[in-house]
Amino acid sequence: MNATWSRFNITSIVLGFAFLYLPIVLLIVFSFNESKLVTVWGGFSTKWYVSLFHNQGLMDATWVTARVGLISATVATVLGTLAALTLTRYTRFKGRVLFSGMVFAPLVMPEVITGLSLLLLFVAVGLDRGFLTVTLAHITLTMCFVAVVVQSRLMTFDRSLEEAAMDLGATPVKTFFQITLPVIMPAIVSGWMLAFTLSLDDLVIASFTSGPGATTLPMKIYSQVRLGVTPEINAACTILIAVVAIGVIIASLANKRREVQRQLDEQAAQRG
Amino acid sequence: MSSATATTASAPPATNAGKSALARLGAAFFGRLVIIIPYVWLLFFFLIPFVIVFKISLSQTAIAIPPYTPALDFSGGISGFLAQLKQLSLDNYTWLTQDALYFNAYVTSVIIAAVSTVLTLLVGYPIAYGMARAPATIRPTLLMLVILPFWTSFLIRVYAWIGILKPEGLLNQLLLATGVIHQPLIILNTYTAIFIGIVYSYLPFMVLPLYSALEKMDYSLIEAAKDLGCPPTSAFWKITFPLSLPGVIAGCLLVFIPAVGEFVIPDLLGGSQTLMIGKTLWNEFFANRDWPVSSAVAVILLLLLIVPIMLFQRAQARAQEMDR
Repeated sequence: MNATWSRFNITSIVLGFAFLYLPIVLLIVFSFNESKLVTVWGGFSTKWYVSLFHNQGLMDATWVTARVGLISATVATVLGTLAALTLTRYTRFKGRVLFSGMVFAPLVMPEVITGLSLLLLFVAVGLDRGFLTVTLAHITLTMCFVAVVVQSRLMTFDRSLEEAAMDLGATPVKTFFQITLPVIMPAIVSGWMLAFTLSLDDLVIASFTSGPGATTLPMKIYSQVRLGVTPEINAACTILIAVVAIGVIIASLANKRREVQRQLDEQAAQRG
Repeated sequence: MSSATATTASAPPATNAGKSALARLGAAFFGRLVIIIPYVWLLFFFLIPFVIVFKISLSQTAIAIPPYTPALDFSGGISGFLAQLKQLSLDNYTWLTQDALYFNAYVTSVIIAAVSTVLTLLVGYPIAYGMARAPATIRPTLLMLVILPFWTSFLIRVYAWIGILKPEGLLNQLLLATGVIHQPLIILNTYTAIFIGIVYSYLPFMVLPLYSALEKMDYSLIEAAKDLGCPPTSAFWKITFPLSLPGVIAGCLLVFIPAVGEFVIPDLLGGSQTLMIGKTLWNEFFANRDWPVSSAVAVILLLLLIVPIMLFQRAQARAQEMDR
């Protein structure tokens, strides 16, 4: 293996990962900077974190973002899972091409177009811009990402398990909840997390579809960034990164534990 | 005795038949619902909005709330509809063609997106190749490390570069301290900064499809070529690259299409001097409050991207078929 994994390969990986991670590391380091100048080190301090918690506007925006994220990710996961089932299980129905088009197009569609078109829809149906409209917009965007994640798991799903359950007299609905759902659960969970972080992250679509009283955290950060780079924003960003990183680590640890448990079960079954 | 066995034997099939008919009905209903719910949602929140954008792009700007004159409103009946049809205008589109600003913005956006796609491919290919050749035990960890930045906020990752690239920023400090340069480089608020931002933000989108294509590749083909006396570079171009082509195409489309309409990167890193269509649309909407013109900008942007988007869908569908 060493012969094929040459020095060139190792160098390109190390450089690539340095490129990916260095900016984030620097951002975190300078959030602990005593000096107000973001790029000049003036000693270690956590004062920006303290002032962050006294910034009422930022705290309000965090609360709005968390609620939008939780609601939209949950609804998007249900809709996205249904869409994934449709894509993998129903290969022939009228309008399938249109359907798969509508699932895949939002993945690459420039956000300014999606944001503008959703806003014009909300205006046309007379919906006031605010919390509800941002949530609806985020559901629409993120359900497509959930659909792709769940679909790739359904692709490798062994359908004979479902057939066995049905042969044993389980109804399709029962089969779905007792067999299919538990098997695709890891994909659904990671789909939910992806939807949640996408919603947490989105600036453009939220700016178009949000109204007074529903300013999200990225909108708040963006308006402050335009006024200049401050250590306080670095601190806010660091907290956001920490929250997401902890979530991803917990999820992957849980996944690994489940995997180990499964292997142990298999070994036990083979011995027994 | 015989009649008793006959009844017990005949009973289960009877209930089974009843159950399966009911089950089939349930399955049909359940299946229909599985299709209908996401279908209707996407029709209403994805497709219909585009129709509205197109409609408003044909209307006139007005000082009102919402700031446009209604176009194609069916409430007036057939005659009202016909009267409105006469009011429809392509003014917004002729306006777009007359003002060189928009044309330049479209052209620069496409060029910037194309150049940064090539740059992302050049940066991403060695990384994906190195990952695919890595020992199988550490591959999941490497994959995780590529995906992880994707989970951290896009806005934050772009923002982090401001501190690095600005004249008194970290990069200039480093280069001045080491004596490589004597004058700080002006990178922030130039097109160079936009290229750096796009390559950085979209790198995982390029690496992941490349990696999945390269990982599937049978490495013994390269060894066979080597044994037959083929030099490594021509082995790469004759074997590795063609086999990774699906990944190259998917990665390039995943970078190019969103990059054309990118707003955050040109706005934060490109400053006011650079021109990109996503930023133009944003300003037209938020600063000038000209909804019809921003709709027209969106329609043309969509027309520009329709071919790459369809290519992307075809690639997705083909990948689906291959996995089946």
